[in-house]
Amino acid sequence: MSATMQLDIVSAEGLIFSGKVDRFFALAANGEVGILPHHTQLISILKPGEVRVVAGDETSCFYVSGGVLEIQPDVATILADTAIRAKDLDEAAAKEAMDRAKEAMDNAKSDLDVTRAQTALAEAVAQMAILGRFRDQLSKQGLMH
Amino acid sequence: MASGKEIRGKIASIKNTQKITKAMELVAASKMRRAKQRMEAALPYSEKIKRVIGHLTLAHPEYKHSYMTVRPVKRVGVVVVTSDRGLCGGLNSNLLRRLALRSKEWQLQGVQVTFSVLGNKGVSFFKSFGGKVVATKSGLGDKPHISDLIGSVKVMLTAYEQGEIDELWIMSNKFINTMTQQPIMHKVLPVAKEDVATAHGHWDYLYEPEAKEVLDALLTRYVESLVYTATVENIACEMSARMVAMKGATDNAGKFIKELQLAYNKARQAAITAEISEITAGAAAVSG
Repeated sequence: MSATMQLDIVSAEGLIFSGKVDRFFALAANGEVGILPHHTQLISILKPGEVRVVAGDETSCFYVSGGVLEIQPDVATILADTAIRAKDLDEAAAKEAMDRAKEAMDNAKSDLDVTRAQTALAEAVAQMAILGRFRDQLSKQGLMH
Repeated sequence: MASGKEIRGKIASIKNTQKITKAMELVAASKMRRAKQRMEAALPYSEKIKRVIGHLTLAHPEYKHSYMTVRPVKRVGVVVVTSDRGLCGGLNSNLLRRLALRSKEWQLQGVQVTFSVLGNKGVSFFKSFGGKVVATKSGLGDKPHISDLIGSVKVMLTAYEQGEIDELWIMSNKFINTMTQQPIMHKVLPVAKEDVATAHGHWDYLYEPEAKEVLDALLTRYVESLVYTATVENIACEMSARMVAMKGATDNAGKFIKELQLAYNKARQAAITAEISEITAGAAAVSG
């Protein structure tokens, strides 16, 4: 009986696969790799593609849109991406975030994005204040203790 | 004198407020359940990536990535996770107060602080607090996606690589239970080295394609995963804090209504008594 290894495929938004497998195939940076138990330590970037997992007689397939593959002799981990990654996309997102910060800090005026809930709170607080005064008035008249 | 009608009006208006707070409590309760599920769904990834990073710190790579090298700390970066909306008790104010204290400490030590802010509440706080804010992101909603966070994280990572910051921290709320949330702060970069390396001997990974590229990709994902986990957890905190705050508000409104009802009854009774005594006095005057 051949050895097995633990394989975990996870994405940031959930667990995809976890179990003992005989071997698996994935699309690494330099082409498809087949991994057997007791493989030497390896870290690779994954390209978008299929991960084929063989456990006993069963073969299952998963699609990953990129990620990172880490291999230790008896445990392998695939960290699948959920977001589409590209260097220029990341840069664009970064620039956007910086612009937003600048904009927010430049016009440090009163908050315009007051949600409806906050309005409701302000109203409630005002009501409470009025009620407080009202109660004082009542207690002065000896109607309330 | 407060008339019966006036008090009735107050009772009606406070009942309306109570309806709002009650509805918000129920909505927050169901959103909290879903937020907790998302928090749990994010766990496997963050555990696994931590395991990989743990292995990585045990390896003896020829290539030293800047995220793993400790530098003297002159400037730090903090990713601040806050909620988008208010009405969640002291959740944001506790966190921001802790943050303000901590950045004061840093400043006293001559360390400059740079912020990357997630969430409306944090953004409006920094408008008055000042400080160097290099990136913001708000309007994440209840279901943040990791791609929403990439930009704000990338700004900090670039700053780290270029030596503009020497350490990266995350500040967010930790979900302890429904009643308790605690602001916590932890260091993300540089990645801490574990002290058990020797037992495993000297080994290094095979890198495909190049060590730098692989480590870049892995460590970027690691930081993003930490920020994502913190964000999702913060949402669970927000919802449970709101649920508790709104329950308090609903209960208070109930108390108010009770008191006002009592006052209303007394006022009504007083009016009736006054009327009767007037009638009897009138009748006495006529018959007398």
